Amino acid sequence: MLQFLIRRVIQVMPILVGISLITFALIHMMPRNIVDSMVPPGSPPSLRAEIAQIDGLDKPLWEQYLLWLHQVLHGNFGVSLVSGRPIGDALFSALLNSLQITFFAALVGFLLGILFGALAAVKKGRWQDSLFSLFFIAGISVPPFWFAILLVAIFAFDLNWVPAQGMGPEGWPLHWEQWRHMILPIATLSLIPMGVVGRIVRAATLEALSQEFVTALVAKGMRMDVIREHVVRNTAPQVLAVMGLQFGYLISGSILVDLVFNWPGTGKLLNQAILSGDIPVIQAAVLLLSVIFVLVNLGVDTAQAIIDPRMRR
Amino acid sequence: MTAMGISALIVMLAIAAPYVTDGQPYSGNALERLKPIGTHGHLLGTDELGRDMWTRLVYGARLSLISGAAPVLIALAIGGSLGVIAGYAGGRVNALIMRTMDIFYAFPAVLLAIAACAVLGPGLLSTIAALSIVFTPSIVRITETATTRIRGMDYIEAARCSGATDFRIILHQVLPNVQAPVLVYASSLAGLSIILAAGLSFLGLGMSPPNPEWGQMLNSLRQSIYVQPWVAALPGLMIFVTSVCFNVISDGLRVAMDVQDG
Repeated sequence: MLQFLIRRVIQVMPILVGISLITFALIHMMPRNIVDSMVPPGSPPSLRAEIAQIDGLDKPLWEQYLLWLHQVLHGNFGVSLVSGRPIGDALFSALLNSLQITFFAALVGFLLGILFGALAAVKKGRWQDSLFSLFFIAGISVPPFWFAILLVAIFAFDLNWVPAQGMGPEGWPLHWEQWRHMILPIATLSLIPMGVVGRIVRAATLEALSQEFVTALVAKGMRMDVIREHVVRNTAPQVLAVMGLQFGYLISGSILVDLVFNWPGTGKLLNQAILSGDIPVIQAAVLLLSVIFVLVNLGVDTAQAIIDPRMRR
Repeated sequence: MTAMGISALIVMLAIAAPYVTDGQPYSGNALERLKPIGTHGHLLGTDELGRDMWTRLVYGARLSLISGAAPVLIALAIGGSLGVIAGYAGGRVNALIMRTMDIFYAFPAVLLAIAACAVLGPGLLSTIAALSIVFTPSIVRITETATTRIRGMDYIEAARCSGATDFRIILHQVLPNVQAPVLVYASSLAGLSIILAAGLSFLGLGMSPPNPEWGQMLNSLRQSIYVQPWVAALPGLMIFVTSVCFNVISDGLRVAMDVQDG
């Protein structure tokens, strides 16, 4: 097991380096030169040169990359071009806000997906199967930003049950007013994981149920809960892998939904940065979210290997 | 069947746009803003600038279908070729291609699309380019897996012994045997592609106004949802329906081609 973990961590290293390279390259692939966006239009070349020198932008690219990487590894993401404040603080508080809804959306989506998927598989070919399969297709096909708008129009505007915007008062633990703000974003974000997980649970359960050992167990007269445990153990690794991917997507995929609900998460941060051309913020957000995505997947791989020793190749 | 029928209808309407509408998706009447569905002369109402919704939705189908379908086709061409090459060649070529793809695969899809679009600037071409970049790595993976599986098969060996060139073997032996899982997988991306393309426009990164495109229309009608909720919901409904149809067709393909994984 330890060997497996070490090998996976070593495999992840070049990927992390690759991510950092691409993210670094973002700045230099922008149509507008970064120095141009830092100085007022029409500035004399001497000012440009001075600014470039202060930020090390006159050095060769590889030196800039190493300098940037060094800073990032020490938790310094640079300063925003718009606000002039350190990016790190804003980014981490936005990340916490995002995780707050992502976590519950994943929880709701996964639980419903597992429940509906298992029910659909057990009732294969009956109306329950058709109904839940329809749910899943709808879940993966609905544009989240549109669904979010509909929810706001119906539940916040027409019925006035829940607030339409923002995340309400601060504070921990969460109290009712905060939950009221979270209901619609969670409902929107849980749809896709519900659909994706539901489909994979249904397919994996059907596959497990059709295996000979299950027939043998039934023939032996095993109790239902024993059979269920065998089926769950055989489907779990596959389902876990999908859940990990979905959780990673949720953290970054909330961008479209943040916009509609005005939720102060990473999506809103990223959106504002894109609109104002704040490249260092885009860079920092992309880097952080991608690294989290890789780490989540590493965690899932490890969990899979714990459940299923065959995965520890 | 229903799904194929609806998709075909949407595609035909998009092609025949000038004949089934008044052909003027850009012109509106300021006195007829935000009319409800069923208004005389405007069957599906009008948008916030008084433009006919039916006309804009039908013209929108053109841009939305193109920005949804083109990335999948491009990714299929590029990713499929790279995957077959990686799987067939093996060794260092395989390692080079697959490790590079691993890095792109490590970015979350939406994030990669947004970052690519932010770099390339708004527009139809950058939307297509950004989404092609997003879809390529996974298609490479699927193709590579399928190709590696058949690489050592006897019929490949036989073809090589009979003097066939690598190119000929790839064309006549490899492609027919790897196409099923790859095509099924690519078809499953079409629904997602429509949503992502619309999402980029919704963020203001894809198509810009006044172009009729469903995601962009949804964004400009967002504020009007309190005035004419049904009219404002129409572009999103079109994205939803198209995406459902594509996903149902993809599921059908999977069953028809008897593909288990991928």
